[in-house]
Amino acid sequence: MQDIIRQLEEKRAQARQGGGAKRIEAQHAKGKLTARERIELLLDPGSFEEWDMFVEHDCTDFGMDSQKVAGDGVVTGYGTINGRATFVFSQDFTVFGGSLSAAHAGKICKIMDSAMKVGLPVIGLNDSGGARIQEGVDSLAGYAEVFQRNALASGVVPQISVIMGPCAGGAVYSPAMTDFIFMVKDSSYMFVTGPDVVKTVTQEVVTQEQLGGAVTHTTKSSVADNAYENDVEALAQTRRMFDFLPLNNREKAPVRETWDPINRQEASLDTLVPPNPNKPYDMKELIEKVVDEGDFFEVQPNYAKNIIIGFARIGGQTVGIVANQPMVLAGCLDIDSSRKGARFVRFCDCYDIPIVTFVDVPGFLPGTAQEYGGIIKHGAKLLFAYAEATTPKVTVITRKAYGGAYDVMASKHLRGDVNYAWPSAEIAVMGPKGAVEIIFRGEIGDADKIAARTEEYRQKFANPFVAGHRGFIDDVIMPHNTRYRIARSLAMLREKKLENPWKKHDNIPL
Amino acid sequence: MATKLFDKILIANRGEIACRVIKTCRKLGIKTVAVYSDADDGALHMRMADEAIHIGAPAAAESYLVIEKIVAACKKTGAQAVHPGYGFLSENRKFAAALKEAGIAFIGPNPEAIFAMGDKIESKKLAQKAGVSTVPGYLGAIGGTDEAVKIATEIGFPVMIKASAGGGGKGMRIAYSAEEVAQGFSSATNEAKNSFGDDRVFIEKYIEQPRHIEIQVLGDKHGNVIYLGERECSIQRRHQKVVEEAPSPFLDEKTRKAMGEQAVALSKTVNYDSAGTVEFIVGPDRSFYFLEMNTRLQVEHPVTELITGIDLVEQMIRVAAGEKLAIKQDDVKLNGWALEVRIYAEDPLRGFLPSTGRLARWRTAPESDVIRNDTGVVEGSEISMFYDPMISKLCSYGKDRMEAIETLSAALDETWIAGIGHNVNFLSAVLDHPRFREGRLSTNFIAEEWPNGYGGTVLPDDRQNSALAVATLIHIRNELRARHLGGKLGLPEWVPDDAWIATLNKTEYKIAVTDAEGGLDARISKGKALKVRSAWKPGEPFFRGTVNGAPVVARVSARLDGVRVVHGGAELDIAVRTPRAAELARLMPEKLPPDMSKYLLCPMPGLVVSIAVAEGEPVKAGQALAVVEAMKMENVLRAERDGTVKKVNAKKGDSLAVDQVILEFA
Repeated sequence: MQDIIRQLEEKRAQARQGGGAKRIEAQHAKGKLTARERIELLLDPGSFEEWDMFVEHDCTDFGMDSQKVAGDGVVTGYGTINGRATFVFSQDFTVFGGSLSAAHAGKICKIMDSAMKVGLPVIGLNDSGGARIQEGVDSLAGYAEVFQRNALASGVVPQISVIMGPCAGGAVYSPAMTDFIFMVKDSSYMFVTGPDVVKTVTQEVVTQEQLGGAVTHTTKSSVADNAYENDVEALAQTRRMFDFLPLNNREKAPVRETWDPINRQEASLDTLVPPNPNKPYDMKELIEKVVDEGDFFEVQPNYAKNIIIGFARIGGQTVGIVANQPMVLAGCLDIDSSRKGARFVRFCDCYDIPIVTFVDVPGFLPGTAQEYGGIIKHGAKLLFAYAEATTPKVTVITRKAYGGAYDVMASKHLRGDVNYAWPSAEIAVMGPKGAVEIIFRGEIGDADKIAARTEEYRQKFANPFVAGHRGFIDDVIMPHNTRYRIARSLAMLREKKLENPWKKHDNIPL
Repeated sequence: MATKLFDKILIANRGEIACRVIKTCRKLGIKTVAVYSDADDGALHMRMADEAIHIGAPAAAESYLVIEKIVAACKKTGAQAVHPGYGFLSENRKFAAALKEAGIAFIGPNPEAIFAMGDKIESKKLAQKAGVSTVPGYLGAIGGTDEAVKIATEIGFPVMIKASAGGGGKGMRIAYSAEEVAQGFSSATNEAKNSFGDDRVFIEKYIEQPRHIEIQVLGDKHGNVIYLGERECSIQRRHQKVVEEAPSPFLDEKTRKAMGEQAVALSKTVNYDSAGTVEFIVGPDRSFYFLEMNTRLQVEHPVTELITGIDLVEQMIRVAAGEKLAIKQDDVKLNGWALEVRIYAEDPLRGFLPSTGRLARWRTAPESDVIRNDTGVVEGSEISMFYDPMISKLCSYGKDRMEAIETLSAALDETWIAGIGHNVNFLSAVLDHPRFREGRLSTNFIAEEWPNGYGGTVLPDDRQNSALAVATLIHIRNELRARHLGGKLGLPEWVPDDAWIATLNKTEYKIAVTDAEGGLDARISKGKALKVRSAWKPGEPFFRGTVNGAPVVARVSARLDGVRVVHGGAELDIAVRTPRAAELARLMPEKLPPDMSKYLLCPMPGLVVSIAVAEGEPVKAGQALAVVEAMKMENVLRAERDGTVKKVNAKKGDSLAVDQVILEFA
């Protein structure tokens, strides 16, 4: 018995060494932490319970039978973040370059199965050279097993991927199916084919960073949501985001104690919307002044900046914020912003996180680039997402709510639960100038007449009353009271029950 | 024998001074009328007044400077008198005359006095006649650049070139060589023309290491003139006053009296009949020279009010209504000490370039017996590019200079401005500077103490340690709250560790923490325990508490990996970690900020006046590349090193945002 315990200690010590001191040093030299160090920072100290530490691969080809490392390149198990449990896997680049073998995949699948059974999130820390080529098709099968579980877990338990090293080829598709992807600048990259293949096939010369670095994916492709400077920052922010989320789709998001009064007034919001309707203002100021403590976790802050999405709390309760940003492209909806917003709305709805929408939208972006790019179907994604969402929806129109974009942005017609308008709200088919040029086409030559007509139109529609008469907005609220009014609405909606008709699943315009 | 005061006064100004005048009018039971331009629609001064009249487009030349519009506004509202504030029409004798003609009282001196003193050349001649000591210089009109160079050479360098009609630092240049005179003359002329509509400038000897000390005078229409002590305004940046105080830490009773009596003598020669200021430069030997007389209420008048207890605006209104001065020279007593800092929308880290935009946050210490806040903006106001970018004149009062400094310094710690750049941290740095505290001031103070520009504040060790201890308390309280989220696994309660590592500017500090009632005791780097006590709760924007019994206020906010503590003018990003987490954080690579030297970025929001180079053109270090106008100032952007222009991204007339790329270099 003593012998067994001694052997156990030896095996554990060996496993903890991963790929050995040299490889750990190399990992550190690249500015990266090891798989276990990352888990230490991600989870509460001492809370991690490792599973399958002694798993090894069974491959015998290409001399692999003589190369075995306990754990086989991935550390798995569960632990807590601020006391709330989560499963986690962390690929170990120091062991076979973190490559995925059948055994490696098996370990990931095992914790995913457990996570599904008990309703806990899965956080994956990716740092892998790709498939274990020596294993051939077994490795591919391993990926597919993970993919299958990603798909089934989607919408049941939150899945977060943190890319902290290479993630190439088939490996990218597991993170791609999770809810959020964070990346580390300069030390992580994701692509389906690397720069070498790109050069061979298309003659294009591109660096790894340009092709699939954190900046590329958070500004150009939107594959990743947020980029951070280093491992430490990325893991700290993963913890921060985790605190907003429920553990599964059967429970509510956690409530965080706050001393920020829900009836806090912000007099300065009364002057947020400039008198000139063509002058932009920063919607983030509204968000920061409305939510608890100004604490806003923005998702995809550097992509499609004409829409803002992210998590915050109001009265301690998690909310998803969706807001048009007048500072960028006048806050219009286009392909990118529609996709960005739609996916976020659907995530919130999956986990019954209330959605607070701030609307200042002049319409959809016109042009061939948009039409050829399929703005019709992409815009429909956001429309569809809002329409099918059954989670509480509170909407505040701050200024423009024009045309189809008005309908899209969580309008009353899409089962908005509480729809408010500021006194500066203008709800209309389009802006006064455009409208007059269509309605009074015959008078276009006469500047005075057009000016008079424009003023007439402005008088009629550049206010919240027309929509108010029809009940399309529930109340006109003073900007300084916005926080309180939203907080009250959310409290009233806490036990909201609404179900969509039974269906196998919907057919959102993908 | 009280004369009947006015029923209604129009304030021909905007911003804080309009608000300040309205306050006194309210006290006196006088109704007020504000005027406002398009840019000031909804501004505080307009809302404070009983009535408000719109007077035109944002540019001052189309609104606040248009005499007819002000007169019409008076007629429309029945205002019997006008207070002009400072700047704008306050020293415009045509305005005073127009009001006189319309039968409206001007709350200021008679037009002759304005005329005599308004022109710097004329006023110097008058001063010399009145026996007031003056600086050597050339008082005639200067024909052109060549003549300017010749005159300057005769006076001897350095010389100062100054707008005849100017005030403050606008249109003013100092030249140490003939070449600089040539350059300075044309730019001073241009700026004078743009700012005052009068391009005359004069040249005089420039006195080095001078102090700026000015005498407040007050006269009535019955020949009485008294002086209300002095203000020292030596802390200046590019000739704009930054910190003012009363009394001066430099003057002795004898000098004060001599200066006061000369100021009164000068005032009497022009029958001065309102509040006015006689400015002197004072040399290190307490020799003093007349600089100019400002025939209006001075920006920094609050410090005089605080130590004399006299409301200068009230006195101006009373004498304008014909009352005799009720105060005699012997009644004037200087009690205690008062300080004023000018909080500006500008960016000290970018060479104090003006900053415009929305004041998303604007809070400071509440007004009290020892704090006065003269402001014209509220949170949510717009700092527009059309006017002076002043946010507030924050003043303190103390029984002595040290007390006033401490009070003001603490008030700056309680100040929170966001949305635009501001100089609050710089002001803290000035107030905490040992040389300032010793009172060794000169108008070169800022240039000498920050020869390479202000690059941020470094706290002395004890204050930095306090900040580290505060950050530790904040971190632990944040962590404790985070562990109280619902849905927990039911593991044992988290007990905060007693050993932490705080990292600040890449330096690690070991912190040993002991829990204590109402806070914690923190031992930093094995030093003495700092007892931090505070009721601070997570999410509160200000930490208010004590460290070893002494009050500490700091603004605190979350960063991606730690907490930001703003205290004493320093912005400290502190990460508090467990020793193990700190060990891992140490492995993180240091990342250099991206190289932007290949770009010429627009340093402030403004309008492109001209682009001096073309694509493909080689440039030398120091060569002018572009001129951007902001806040009525033309800013010449120069090449930092030799290079070649690769691409020009902006053209004349473009309106640029901060950091927008103007040029790219090859």
